[in-house]
Amino acid sequence: MKFDTPATTNPIDQLKVVGQPVDRIDGPLKTTGTAPYAYEHHEGLENTAYGYVLGAAIAKGRIASMDLSRAKAAPGVITIVTAETAGALDKGTKNTAKLLGGPEIEHYHQAVAVVVAESFEQARAAAQLIRVDYVKADGAFDLADARKGATAPTDTQADSKRGNFAAAFAAAPVKLDETYSTPDHAHAMMEPHATIAAWSGDKLTLWTSNQMIAWGVGDMAKTLGIPKQNVRLVSPFIGGGFGGKLFLRADALMAALGARAARRPVKVALSRPMIFNNTTHRPATIQRIRIGAAQDGKITAIGHESWSGDLPGGGPELAVQQTRLLYAGENRMTALRLAELDLPEGNAMRAPGEAPGMMALEIAMDEMAEKLGMDPIEFRVVNDTQVDPENPERPFSQRRLVDCLRQGAERFGWSARTPHPGRVRDGDWLVGMGVAAAFRNNLVMKSGARVRLDNKGFLTVETDMTDIGTGSYTVIAQTAAEMMGVPLEKVRVRLGDSTFPVSAGSGGQWGGNSSTAGVYAACVKLREAVAQKLGFNSADAVFTGGTVRLGNRSVPLAEAVGQDGLVVEDAMDYGDLSKRYQQSTFGGHFVEVGVDVVTGEVRVRRMLAVCAAGRILNPKTARSQVIGAMTMGVGAALMEELKIDKRLGFFVNHDLAGYEVPVHADIPHQEVIFLEETDPMSSPMKAKGVGELGICGVAAAVANAIYNATGVRVRDYPITLDKHLDRLPELS
Amino acid sequence: MKSFTYERAASPAEAAAAASRVPDAKFIAGGTNLLDLMKLEIETPGHLIDVNGLALDKIEPTNDGGLRIGALVRNTDLAADARVRRDYGVLSRALLAGASGQLRNKATTAGNLLQRTRCPYFYDTNMPCNKRKPGSGCAAIGGFSRQHAVLGASEACIAVHPSDMAVAMRVLDATVETVKADGTTRSIAIADFHRLPGDTPQEETVLEGGELITAVTLPKPVGGTHIYRKVRDRASYAFALVSVAVVAQRDGTGRVALGGVAHKPWRLEAADAQMPRGAKAVHERLLADAKPTSDNAFKLPLVRRTLASALAEAKG
Repeated sequence: MKFDTPATTNPIDQLKVVGQPVDRIDGPLKTTGTAPYAYEHHEGLENTAYGYVLGAAIAKGRIASMDLSRAKAAPGVITIVTAETAGALDKGTKNTAKLLGGPEIEHYHQAVAVVVAESFEQARAAAQLIRVDYVKADGAFDLADARKGATAPTDTQADSKRGNFAAAFAAAPVKLDETYSTPDHAHAMMEPHATIAAWSGDKLTLWTSNQMIAWGVGDMAKTLGIPKQNVRLVSPFIGGGFGGKLFLRADALMAALGARAARRPVKVALSRPMIFNNTTHRPATIQRIRIGAAQDGKITAIGHESWSGDLPGGGPELAVQQTRLLYAGENRMTALRLAELDLPEGNAMRAPGEAPGMMALEIAMDEMAEKLGMDPIEFRVVNDTQVDPENPERPFSQRRLVDCLRQGAERFGWSARTPHPGRVRDGDWLVGMGVAAAFRNNLVMKSGARVRLDNKGFLTVETDMTDIGTGSYTVIAQTAAEMMGVPLEKVRVRLGDSTFPVSAGSGGQWGGNSSTAGVYAACVKLREAVAQKLGFNSADAVFTGGTVRLGNRSVPLAEAVGQDGLVVEDAMDYGDLSKRYQQSTFGGHFVEVGVDVVTGEVRVRRMLAVCAAGRILNPKTARSQVIGAMTMGVGAALMEELKIDKRLGFFVNHDLAGYEVPVHADIPHQEVIFLEETDPMSSPMKAKGVGELGICGVAAAVANAIYNATGVRVRDYPITLDKHLDRLPELS
Repeated sequence: MKSFTYERAASPAEAAAAASRVPDAKFIAGGTNLLDLMKLEIETPGHLIDVNGLALDKIEPTNDGGLRIGALVRNTDLAADARVRRDYGVLSRALLAGASGQLRNKATTAGNLLQRTRCPYFYDTNMPCNKRKPGSGCAAIGGFSRQHAVLGASEACIAVHPSDMAVAMRVLDATVETVKADGTTRSIAIADFHRLPGDTPQEETVLEGGELITAVTLPKPVGGTHIYRKVRDRASYAFALVSVAVVAQRDGTGRVALGGVAHKPWRLEAADAQMPRGAKAVHERLLADAKPTSDNAFKLPLVRRTLASALAEAKG
């Protein structure tokens, strides 16, 4: 099915099941511990051995020699695979560094060996007995230094320009020119990267934890040099991904290589201290923002440049993306510059581009509002635009940023905020409020599904879509139930298997809308098949209460499909609506913080997000997405940073004790409001994404609240107490 | 993890004797730190002596009006003890500021004193670390050192002791009771128990090989106002950037100990003597020999401000 004209009325609009805050259908499996995650899969597997991955001890250089003799002789060891013994390996299209290093080492903790043994403990102990001699090479590990040699990336976003930015900025009566920095971030998901690999002849099956099944199949096949059809990837449950599991990673490759060498199934989980340097991370940025405005607050010039680094062959963090679209202004420019760094591979993490971009832009907007003597909400309202400001002939499909900010202000009690910073005290706490816009583009991806209606009236949906904790199982079941007029209990959803139709997968907040649109397409086809079987005109047939009805004739679906049931498959594909209309999601983040006047410790007191993101398919799972994203935004604001040892070239704080993320005590109160909205340009579901919108702007809202509390502006994340302590009031 | 043998000790003296017989033996109680370190092969004992069965889990009054805390009393139980809460509030508060509920349920009093530093270079076996591998060097010096020592560090090591409880024990003048391999017992003042790193950062306490902690004794209550203020990057489950333990008397005298600044809880009796002269005099004495790194210079104003606030609070 092709979606190339705006959606009109369709069965989803009944909203009997879709749009309802139903519980997760996979909830009981998860809360009872019976959802098998990758490492826990047992069915059909015998004699599984354990693989333990050894990571490189240097950041850059080469392996001079490896001595495996002691490890091979250790108890329980079956085999050891290294680059020398693995056979010819290609590299996945979506990998920057090789997943198995040697002799060249591209980054710290790059995998250099997998030890396969009878038990996990034996494999781990033997891995420690491998002796590797390295020849170190010099590397670049400091973005601030490497920035000087940064260049314009060739294969991603080019510089954007409209009008004459330089002249307009120079002429602007009120202007801001500031530089902001965001650090490297780790996904820090609960479930580590884990895979069980089993070979049957030349066919490979992987039970793994991966957000994008088809990408994983393709890159595994390419890496091993085997046909795609010989690779099956199964990933039904995923304990968090946040972009860290978009790609084939070392756990999967090393399990496959280990299993091939051991001639047995092999399971591999990356150890927690290895995940931070072995896998991908959100790259650090340095961002320069210039805004010029007239006295009335109208932006006349806006410029945003961002520098980030990556390994040779990698890409930039698209931190200027939102600045091309979020605010009006005749004269504009954006530019990305990429430096070569020899740190681990940078890549996507929840809202790549906008998350760090909004961290900077939305502080700049707060600063600019203050320069203008305007309320920061009013300043944003004045500069709202209903069209793409770079291409004014392109309207937004829906844009309710102003509504989000206004309703949020009302709900949060924004009018109680004093614009003069550092004035509100509550005992030892300096109290402040901050606001930021939320913005994240909406992407649509082709997505397929197979639906089967059996002679008991059960509907089974199969798609390789994944559920990374987002609620995919549930919204897909809701969609199928709505389309076929059956109760939710009659729907079974099977996800994350490469033998199922290729879906959008989970990434870029496109999964919810795109995958349900694919299920919609398959259900439309199934409705036609059912109607045809009964001789009904499908356009007139009514699917409701487990029956299909035409006029006075009503037939139970179980009967209508016949003894063998009916199976159909379809995919939703997209035309050029997303080119003709800019599709984005919007929101307002409101935060109140307390800053301990003695210690400078920042504690968030309450948070509110108001989101306008198309139809909300399930308010309960959507809310969970947004509060999780808000929590992650607090982490980015206050504590999350991969600390680089710039001499040795690695992330030092590579475990969950060193890389702090918010704990329950950091998040006292959160509220989420979804505005009523449908977006007919996005898909027949009229939905968009929320999982990434929820993080975009949060950190800046926290930063702005801190400034409002203290009068001290910090432009370097995370805002830890040492960055403002010396500028807090002296104690009386 | 290196393979190890295991035994359950029948008495404290037997445990100590067993430990001295096997050169690479370690005692295990709660295991909340040791097991992590063993998995990473930072600790590689060949033999574990499980002391959990020894009846060292009582909190009992002493003859001179103090409290004797068995080595195996869990942190949760110690923090909740009514006598501790009434008479040694700083200890209860320090315990509750540490770790998480689950860890406190498992962690013991003796184990808390013996936990190893959380220096990230100590935790990464690819990195040089004089504490983990004597003579290999210190990667933290010149590296990422935000959490590290500002006082009492050496050219060999700038790690800090991570315990909150130990800071309170120090301000309360606790005594560590032990039994040695030959069955003799001794009492070690907490002030002498932990060492500064010097040239031998691998030697963190004065305990001899095989010597087992049996109890920690608190002297008779000293009264006063008890404050434990821990400063950290998140609201819970984080090690201290700095912490301040205060016992302040109405007459202006009192005691102060700092955590998160040195290889041991930091208390100077000469600084305590400055208490009647006010916070400035106290912190100037306490921090007189401070040598921060560029990453952790903020700890000095942080101590100054936190201490001033705590002393002001104590005055009421």
